[in-house]
Order: sequence, then C-alpha cells, then structure tokens
Amino acid sequence: MLEIKDLNVSIDNRQILKGVNLTVKPGEVHAIMGPNGTGKSTLANVIAGKEGYEISGDIIFKGKSIMDMPIEERARMGLFLGFQYPVEIPGVSITNFLKAAVNEKRKSQGLDPIKASEFLKIIEEKKNVVEISSNLMKRSVNEGFSGGEKKRNEIFQMAVLEPDMAILDETDSGLDIDALRVVAEGVNKLKKPTNATVVITHYQRLLDYIIPDYVHILFDGRIVKSGDKSLAVELEEKGYEWVKKELL
Amino acid sequence: MHNNIKYPILETLKEASKLDQSHDMWPGRDNAFHSFLSQGFPHKKLEKWRNTDLSEFLEKDYQYIPNTDPISESDINSIFHCEIHNFETYLFTLHNGAYVYKQSPITTLDNGVVIGSLRSAWESHNDLVKPYLNELTENMLNGMVSLNSALATAGLFVYVPDNVKVEKPVQLVNMINTDKNPFIQAKNLIVVGKNAELTFVQCDDSVNDQDSFMNVVSEFHLKEGAKLDHYKLQNKELSSVLINTSFFSLKKDSKLKTNTITLNGGNIRNETIVNLDGEGAEADIFGLYLADKTQHIDNQVLVRHNAANCYSNELFKGILDDEASAAFNGHILVQPEAQKTNAFQNNKNILLTDTAQVATKPFLEIYADDVKCSHGATVGQLDEDALFYLKQRGICDLNAKMLLMYAFAEDIIRHISIPSLHDSTSDMVSRRLKGELSACNQCVLHCNDQKPMEFDIDLSKI
Repeated sequence: MLEIKDLNVSIDNRQILKGVNLTVKPGEVHAIMGPNGTGKSTLANVIAGKEGYEISGDIIFKGKSIMDMPIEERARMGLFLGFQYPVEIPGVSITNFLKAAVNEKRKSQGLDPIKASEFLKIIEEKKNVVEISSNLMKRSVNEGFSGGEKKRNEIFQMAVLEPDMAILDETDSGLDIDALRVVAEGVNKLKKPTNATVVITHYQRLLDYIIPDYVHILFDGRIVKSGDKSLAVELEEKGYEWVKKELL
Repeated sequence: MHNNIKYPILETLKEASKLDQSHDMWPGRDNAFHSFLSQGFPHKKLEKWRNTDLSEFLEKDYQYIPNTDPISESDINSIFHCEIHNFETYLFTLHNGAYVYKQSPITTLDNGVVIGSLRSAWESHNDLVKPYLNELTENMLNGMVSLNSALATAGLFVYVPDNVKVEKPVQLVNMINTDKNPFIQAKNLIVVGKNAELTFVQCDDSVNDQDSFMNVVSEFHLKEGAKLDHYKLQNKELSSVLINTSFFSLKKDSKLKTNTITLNGGNIRNETIVNLDGEGAEADIFGLYLADKTQHIDNQVLVRHNAANCYSNELFKGILDDEASAAFNGHILVQPEAQKTNAFQNNKNILLTDTAQVATKPFLEIYADDVKCSHGATVGQLDEDALFYLKQRGICDLNAKMLLMYAFAEDIIRHISIPSLHDSTSDMVSRRLKGELSACNQCVLHCNDQKPMEFDIDLSKI
C-alpha cells in the first residue's frame, strides 16, 4: 500500500527527517509515536505532498512513486490526511465542501458528478460513524467548531471519501475521553482488509481504542524502534527518556 | 485658490457656474462654487486623499455636461433593461447625467410615496424637498462635494411618508454611454419617514471605454424608526472616474444597512458619512471590492456617534489582483454625549500578486468613556494552510483558490437580503473571480448573459 524509502526531509537547511523507512500493507494499522518536534507531522505532510520541503528518497503509494505528484492527485488516488489542526473555511458548508471533493475525484476518474440524492444518502449513512449532528453539516467547515467537533469532522470526511490509506495526525490531541472514544470507534468502523491506517500520536492513550498491528518510535528524524502494540505500553511506562538512553 | 493647478476642465466649470446661477433652482449654489474654488480639486497632499490621485485624470480633456431638465424617452428599455430574474423594482435612470423618464418626471404612488426627478420635485413638491435638501451635505468635506453642490441639479428624489413600507426596491441606474468624454454631476435626495421602510439600489455603470468623470452626492434622511436597506453596485470601465459621496442621518431607533459592492472600476472613490443622530440608531456598513489591472478603489467611511446607545458595524473586504490598488479609511468619532456606544470596524484584504497594494487605516476618535469600540485590519495572501487542506481533499489548485476567495467575499454577499439580488451578485462575484467578468456591456448586474455561470464547484449552494 505505502512504502517509504530512505526519506530525508529538510526545511530551511534544517534536516527534519533523516532516512525514514516504512512499509504499510493493506489491512494494517500502524502507530507512529514520538516526542514533540521529532518530525511526526512533517512526515504526514510530506506524504500528503505539502510544498516547501527539500526531499530525497522515495514514497510509493499503490505501486507508484508519488514524489512528483501534486497534493490533490495523491488525494484522489486514495490518500487521506486527518489534520492535527483542521482549517476553518468560513462561508463553505461541510456538505458542499465534501460534494466538491467527491466530484473532483469522480471527474478525475471520468465519472459524472454524483447525483444529489445519492450524495445525501452517503452523507446520512456516514454521519452515524462519528455521531455527527445534522446541524453541524450545515455549518461552515470547522468554523467555530470545538476541538472535538473538528476531529469528528475529519473522521466524517474520511468516511465519505473512503480512502485506501489514511494518515491521522495527532487525532487525539485536544480531545476529552468521550470524544476520543467516538473518534477512535469511527476509525475502527472504517477499517477494511483493503485499506490501511497510520496513526500518529504522542500518547499511548489513543492506542487503547485503536489497536495497532505495528508501533514505530520516531525520534530525532529516524524510526529508532519498531514492534507490536506492547511497545506502546512499554513506552508509556518508561517514557521517551528510555528511548533516549538506549540510543546513547 | 489653494489648488491652483490649471486643469483643462476648470475654466469650463467656472463658465458653467455663472450660467447655472441664472437658472431658477435652489439657493446656495454660488457659495458652494466659491467653496469649491477655495478648496480646489482634492489632491494627494490632503491626508484623506493621499492614496487617491485624481490629477492624471483631471489632465484629460473632458466635456462638461450640464444637468438638464428631465428627458422623456418612451422606449426606456433602449437605454437600460434590467433582467435579473424576479428582481422587480421601481426603475429610474440617469443617462449621461440626465434624468430620463418614461411617463412622468415625477410620480406619486398610491401609498403617498413620491419618486422622480429631483429637479422636477423642487418645483412640484417644494414642501417635501426644501426641508431636507443640502441639510447633510458638507461642502467643506472636500472640493468634490462643494463642486457637486454648486452644479448638480439632476438626480433622483424619493420621499417615503411616515409608516409606509415600500414593497418593491427603488433602483437607480446611473449609466454613462456616450462617445464624448463626459464630466458629470448628479445629486440624489432620499427621505424615509418615521417607521417607514425603503430598499434602494444604486447601480453605477459605464458602457464604453471612453474617459468619463462622474461626481455623485446622495443625501439620505432616516427619520425616527425608519429602515433603509441600501446597495451600491459598481462596475465601471478602466478609463472611468467615479466619486460617490453619501451622507446619512439616522434619527432615533432608525436602522441603516448599506452595502457597497465594487466589481470593476477605473478609479472609484466611495465616501460614506454616517451620522447617528438619535438614540438607538443602528448602522451596518458593508463593502466588497474586487479589483485587477490598474484599477483603484478607495472606500472612506466616517461614522459619527452623536447620540447615546447607538450601534455601528463596518466590514469591508477586498481582493486585489495584478497592479490594482485600494484604500480603506475608517474613522469612528464618538462624541462626549454618545455613551453606551457600540462601534466596530474591520477591513480585510487579500493580495493575489506582489504588485497589488492596499492602504488601510483605522482611526478611532473617542470622547465618551462608556463605549465598546474595536477595529481591525488585515492584509494577506490566500491562506496556505487552507489551500493545503482543500487540496488534500482532492480539490484542484484553481478550485481551491476560487473556493477560498469566494468564501472570503461571501462574508459580505450574505448580507444582501433581496434574494434575486443576492443570487445575481453571487454569480457576478463568481464570474469576476474566475476572470470572466469585465465591466459589462449591459449593466452592473450582467444578467443579459443568458448562460448561467458554471463552476466546477457548485458555489451557488455553499
């Protein structure tokens, strides 16, 4: 599904990622953990195609190098990034925003725009995934949303767009325990043998709800440790200091 | 004379003022002309005009067109025909500065509303015109206002009696369509009686790319409890100059909403002076300007809080492309007696190129101590994070930019409360943002083009 090979990323001559390798297969859930400032969000942004970085190495998605591909084409191929800080877009309702997204993907596949009735059916069906209210759907994208509503909205969009590969960047940040549970359950409901998820998080807490097949620790721009879910538990007990000491 | 530059038009104006004084019209015009001569044309050394330079336009060879008596035109549609779907209005036209009528220069509706030529009203309804005419006009505000007071006699007069709600909007189309290079003055007077309601739509258009210079002054009197919903829609050719000065007086508990939407303009200056004269008066002052090429759009807003418990809210937003420039100057003045004032002001701009410019200046002058006032101004580019977010959802670069610009403009458009006008303006803004609308060959509302605007994104339902 996704293969990252020796990825080096710099911004303003400062190297953030120093040779990251990662392979994600269909049906898998990976967690990338690490302290703040180790390049977790940079990794997510670079996979999604955000501009402004100097990059070497390769990113292969569904068998194809996407290094030179614009953001929107990666998205239409089935790559989804759940944002740590979802952007507010005043004046654009979620429904129309998503309709535009769905139709642009359909257009790229040579399909006609989705019928209004069909689209509404999808919206109704997917709303239940994250218990999002109809009222919220009419509001402008993320405008005045609480932290929990913003993250629910991210997972809701993921449900509608049905990506093959979802990268969820710090989805747990700013959430209380109830919102965390709803969001995590939403992610679990969307899991299929044909899709894959990468969860980026600082805390082990989220992984009580989303059970990863693999856990990777990103530290100082490198994946320094990989293991199964027990690694997350160990990390929670011993803290990041433990990783630092092991490296020295 | 302070401004002693000998512009070609000046001698003509002097001659015109002599001739015009002989005309049997309202008094005070001679003094106004002296006031004009002492102030001269506004120039860049004046603080309020530092961002708008008229000199290069005034160098041109304009032909002064004196105001005339109203002109009868049975086929008024040959001059102007508004085709906004379901937009029913009482339509009036100023054609090259002359008031053009179909049946009668002045009409009294069943409900007592008087609408028609100001010049005719001065004669036929002197008792309604005289108490209000030039009551608000401040000749010393600048030379353009005093010049207008001296020479302008043509324009629209609307009188809404107390307690009357005018169902249909009154629409005034100020159209320039001549192969001369006209220099035109026009003056409007609008009186909304106690607890009366009026919607007034002012469209400023130019049809061809001749040089033109238009100087309009409008006075709006809102009596106790009156409501005025006011729109200025401007779509002018690059070679045109439009100076638009609007004076508003709001008595107790009256409500004003004024919305200035500028889609194209060579050089446009909108000066809005709002006097909150009675307790509990409220004013919403909105503006949207979209400029490209070398267009220049200047919005000056002065809100005077002269009474307690009044509310004012200004929001102006602009998108500037190419080498376009804009200015915004928002001045809130709170007098000592205006306690419990709520006054807000905001100006937001997006610059799409390095060569586009905006000068924005908020100015709060507060002499009362129990007030709530705020101001803000931003100048920026499209938000990179928002673009990344939209594109990550599969929306292409062009549509993502369009969507953000539309959303930015929508903040103003949503305040248009006439549905048909809202929809056509929204459509026009969409076209304008897509670069498909230049100053239109029919009218500011560009509705003769039968083909509906199609977006890759359905913006109409956003």
